[in-house]
Amino acid sequence: MIRGAALACALLFAPLLIGTINQTKAFFAGRRGPPLLQPYFDLWKLLRKGAVYSRTTTWVFRAGPIVGLAATIGAAALVPLGGLPAALAFEGDLLVAAGLLALARFFTVIAALDTGSAFEGMGASREVQFSALAEPALFLAFAALARATGALSLTEIYGRISVAAWMQSGPSFALVAAALGVVFLTENARIPVDDPNTHLELTMIHEVMVLDHGGPDFGFVQYGAALKMWVLGSLLVGILIPVRSGRWWLDGAAALEGMFWVAVGVGIVESVMARLRLLRVPQMLVGAGALCVLAIVLGMK
Amino acid sequence: MTDLLLVAVVLTNFVLLGSSRLAACIRVAAAQGILVGVMPLILYHDAVSVRTALIAAAGITLKGIVFPWLFFRALRDVDVTREVEPFVGYTVSILIGVGAVAGSFWLGSRLVVPRPVPSAFVIPVAFSVIFIGLFLIVSRKTAISQALGYLVMENGIFAFGVSLALEEPFLVELGVLLDVFAATFLMGIMVFHISREFDHIDVGRLASLKDWTTRRYKS
Repeated sequence: MIRGAALACALLFAPLLIGTINQTKAFFAGRRGPPLLQPYFDLWKLLRKGAVYSRTTTWVFRAGPIVGLAATIGAAALVPLGGLPAALAFEGDLLVAAGLLALARFFTVIAALDTGSAFEGMGASREVQFSALAEPALFLAFAALARATGALSLTEIYGRISVAAWMQSGPSFALVAAALGVVFLTENARIPVDDPNTHLELTMIHEVMVLDHGGPDFGFVQYGAALKMWVLGSLLVGILIPVRSGRWWLDGAAALEGMFWVAVGVGIVESVMARLRLLRVPQMLVGAGALCVLAIVLGMK
Repeated sequence: MTDLLLVAVVLTNFVLLGSSRLAACIRVAAAQGILVGVMPLILYHDAVSVRTALIAAAGITLKGIVFPWLFFRALRDVDVTREVEPFVGYTVSILIGVGAVAGSFWLGSRLVVPRPVPSAFVIPVAFSVIFIGLFLIVSRKTAISQALGYLVMENGIFAFGVSLALEEPFLVELGVLLDVFAATFLMGIMVFHISREFDHIDVGRLASLKDWTTRRYKS
């Protein structure tokens, strides 16, 4: 019963993250902004539309959003929400979760390439370049966490990050949280890596890959993106909010509040920073990997 | 607390490796100097003597205030703000920094220390600062960055000395600091003269022997 809570929260509240980010940005800009539930209205609208498929595309183009969403839901089933256990847990499920996210990304990329347009190809190339650097950082972060907590399953690892664990290996957790923050911004295509609102060639990465999808496909893509943000956000919140009281409603409430503040934090970062030069993004990702290596080395007393 | 200080020192290392803006590098090196200067007070926080406090104060003043002031003065005279692209690119520099940290942790585990150290991390972190300072000297093209690498190396030597040999004579420690002070001062003067003579401080171009007399004969 409790095992399904994390997955249910993910499926229900993921678009709310996007709504919160947009509201925060609007607040910083002095606007009223779209309503908090706007992403839900958008999804409802998209699901009722029809789709137009180009004659140059094949089954890969149709499969891209579906496989992407399915893989992301699979990853959401494996990732715990703070103290709440994930729906599925077994040894080594951190590799499976990272692999499912990579599968989703792969299918998005090949669906983009399938359109035969140079624009999508450019976005696919940039996306793959950045994730080639972000994936090692993610795996190193997992390795540091596994080393610090002595467990190999995501639910176990995050279950052991309590206040006592922070007292013992605080610097390691702080470094891993910083690195996961950078990976979060990169994988979800937020500023400083990518601008989710822009539609100019110079600055598009994720937006351009899904430019040709429409109707329900685009709805799947949007929902999958929100779910991916929830998954990576819960990885971050699990480290930053060490509330493990054992009572599921307390842990769940603390984790949900943590997700809210992560969304507000992303909105603040998007409002105060500009996008980095594309040359700088690999350096930032390598820096994140270096922080994780430092966290691993610190754990080896 | 010691661990936090040492992690901060290693992080300043990485910022120095990855940053191209000279003013930012000087400030980060100053911050690293202050962290290293505070180290005697934190490592031996249960037995702080007048000597320890004096060494810490001398370290903080020289590394945090005097050396950056000398560097900024040299920077102003030379009128250079950004580093030219170094021999080793910034991303590879960060990777080499990670390798240096890993290597110095391995080295620290092999080292046999004569007396117990306050924390197991101090010697590896000191080694990593020395290696990264040396790497900065070797891989950077601007003369000021090379002088900064020398300063970082001295930070590492100070940290190593503080962790192991706090009972060394006061005169030796002061002598080392005075040596670095004089070297930095002279390096500032030299950089100014290099810049005035050659119109740049790119050491990669300093090896060319052409000067204005040769250019006159090209028609």
